[in-house]
Amino acid sequence: MIDAGLKSELQKHGVFVISTEWLYNWGRKSSIWPLQFGLACCAIEMIAAAAARYDLARFGAEVFRATPRQADLMIVAGTVTKKMAPQVVRLFNQMPEPKYVIAMGACAISGGPFKDGYNVLKGVDRYIPVDVHIPGCPPRPEALLHAIITLQEKITGQHIDRARWYDAKATTEFPIPVCGEHDLLPPANPEVWQPPKDYRDVTNEESTKKP
Amino acid sequence: MIAEPLINSAGTITTQTLEISIGPQHPSTHGVFRMDVVLDGEIVRALKPVVGYLHRNHEQLAEKMAWLGSMPYTDRLDYFNSMSNNWAYALAVEKLAGIKVPARAEYIRVIMAELSRLQNHASAIGFLLQDCGAWGTPLLYAFKEREKILDFFETVSGSRMMCNYFRFGGVRVDLAEAMLAMARKIVAEFPKFLDEFEKLMTTNEVVLARCQRVGILPKELAIAGSISGPVARASGVEYDIRKVDKYGIYDRLEFGVPVGEVGDVYDRYYIRVLEMREAVKILQQVLRDIPAGPVQAVEVKLRGFKLPAGDGYGRIEGPKGELGFYLVSEGGPKPYRYHIRPPSFINLTVLEDMCLGHKVADAIIILGSIDIVLGEVDR
Amino acid sequence: MIPTSEQLCEAIRVAVPGAVIEIVPSTPAAAQPALLVDCEHAVAVARYLKDEPTCRLDFCSCVTGVDYLAKSFIEVVYHLYSVALKHGPVVLKVRAPRELDQCRVPSLTPVWRGCEFQEREAYDLYGVKFAGHPDLRRILMWNEFADHPMRKDYVPPADYEWEPTPHDEVLKRTKAAGGIMPPSAAATEVKK
Repeated sequence: MIDAGLKSELQKHGVFVISTEWLYNWGRKSSIWPLQFGLACCAIEMIAAAAARYDLARFGAEVFRATPRQADLMIVAGTVTKKMAPQVVRLFNQMPEPKYVIAMGACAISGGPFKDGYNVLKGVDRYIPVDVHIPGCPPRPEALLHAIITLQEKITGQHIDRARWYDAKATTEFPIPVCGEHDLLPPANPEVWQPPKDYRDVTNEESTKKP
Repeated sequence: MIAEPLINSAGTITTQTLEISIGPQHPSTHGVFRMDVVLDGEIVRALKPVVGYLHRNHEQLAEKMAWLGSMPYTDRLDYFNSMSNNWAYALAVEKLAGIKVPARAEYIRVIMAELSRLQNHASAIGFLLQDCGAWGTPLLYAFKEREKILDFFETVSGSRMMCNYFRFGGVRVDLAEAMLAMARKIVAEFPKFLDEFEKLMTTNEVVLARCQRVGILPKELAIAGSISGPVARASGVEYDIRKVDKYGIYDRLEFGVPVGEVGDVYDRYYIRVLEMREAVKILQQVLRDIPAGPVQAVEVKLRGFKLPAGDGYGRIEGPKGELGFYLVSEGGPKPYRYHIRPPSFINLTVLEDMCLGHKVADAIIILGSIDIVLGEVDR
Repeated sequence: MIPTSEQLCEAIRVAVPGAVIEIVPSTPAAAQPALLVDCEHAVAVARYLKDEPTCRLDFCSCVTGVDYLAKSFIEVVYHLYSVALKHGPVVLKVRAPRELDQCRVPSLTPVWRGCEFQEREAYDLYGVKFAGHPDLRRILMWNEFADHPMRKDYVPPADYEWEPTPHDEVLKRTKAAGGIMPPSAAATEVKK
């Protein structure tokens, strides 16, 4: 790495010294193109975030693409139902790497207020990996902007030599669930999602361990 | 690969029809709606709507919760107009139980419902014009006014969109004088937005060329198909539930009901503009005459509320049409059956009839002119 | 003015001979008594209500299915209004037994086109088959779905996700339904 004093000295003369990785990540984070994928009420707040008052264009993200082939980011805004889940996974598979997912709103995170429903998928992270979760019902447009900033920070921290998309063996496509007779098959993707741990089980285990 | 000759015996080229599915993810942002169309070139030969991609089992959830517990879920039905949805549910329950609402609460309800109507029609026209190809500009103008109204809703109820403001027998909190001043300011500025909008859009030659004579809905089909709201009125059906059922204080207010003649997309666009002007008139009267008093009927218990046994249907004129609730009670704290009569779902019955013979691009704007919201279609 | 339920009842008995019709009351405040019609004459009664000059009930506003588990029938309720004469509602009810192979009522879509989607929804969620419906298939759930979810005896799939709140009941329900249990709980089970 370059000495900070030398860097600021060079800057005074109009010479900027950065690493390739910084440049690579800066280009990617400043022009995230979301996929136009509003499902329910959170979609309206997403549109409000892209409108003139909250202005997503400041972050380079105002170009909502209609097709997943040209998008970097899928903002899952709204409830994912079991009928819609295969299409969500299919769209995610069609996005080219590097791709990110923001789960916007309580419904996309865990099923939200509709969790007990027979047709509601209890969180989109059962089938696809999620990078940023935004709580709220619906989250304010400022919360979505905060999520974009968080994603940008995550992208800044990614390393070009350890990128998932340059690894020949990593999975970029996830299996698409099938609508079965009573439920989706499989009900969750075990590589992506595990049920949350019971805190009382942990303490029971600890208490049965010999000191 | 084609067995038959390209030029057939009649002298024309042999063609095939193409079956494609428009949706459930598509850029005309009405939500997760799918249309299976059969196309002959660009002309629509058949169209079948496929819904259910947002079926969130609202009716089943309501059977497990108390009567008041479903009120936040009604916000999420037609997620543009949470205030109107709340009113429809509160009205149905009050009808079944015979609860009387105090006068100030009735005036407040009208303020909320008409402001809801303003921002819904503005957004609907914005989305329709975006479907026509006006890449977001009318939508952003509409959203500018919508943001003012949402600020007011947030000041009053705490949330921009999912307000959960109505209760059985009144509203949740009273409006302070400063909030009424905010509402008066919105109403004073709205006609200027409407004039500007009309100057740009109503005689715009692109709008006229794309929207006139497209998607005509005849009056008899509108009545037979149970179509309600601006879509029906644009086809010449003179039926507005505010005038027919006279719920709330609408019998004391003076307002007109615009009725269209042709029933094409242009009529459905223009009737929404006229309805916004009427809504401004209503708001001016209400904000001038609002009395003092309580905002909640005292005898209604909020916790442990029980409805007498029986069934009943209550409806309002929502911005998208007739929104009704059919409730069956067994005398307990939870509903036995809770059914929503969704205007958007039923207005889709005639989508195929309106689109036949038109091009695919016209099918998109016909869908936009019906103004559907998937939260309501699928519940 | 719209005729009262008793007057309608009498008029229908005259116009549609053989119709079995009775009045089902509702709450006194709502004052929306319903006309319960038998399946055989429902279409004829509907046509009469639509065409008769004092009623002119040309607008079918709402079609609902209700599952009365204790009384062993499923009821389909139609709310009718008149756009021409601006009155209503008149409530029409039809009943069918709950068993899937016998759950059949006539469709009123030939009379009011607006019933089309709502009857499909009643079929999808309750399993009521509407004879004479132009296109009876599922509308809200996917086509391969086998159950009728709004019935009172429907059992949802055993998909309970343990929620990190100190609610023992949720954990017990998960175990009873054979759903996905957290791995550490299963491990302690095996140890016992």
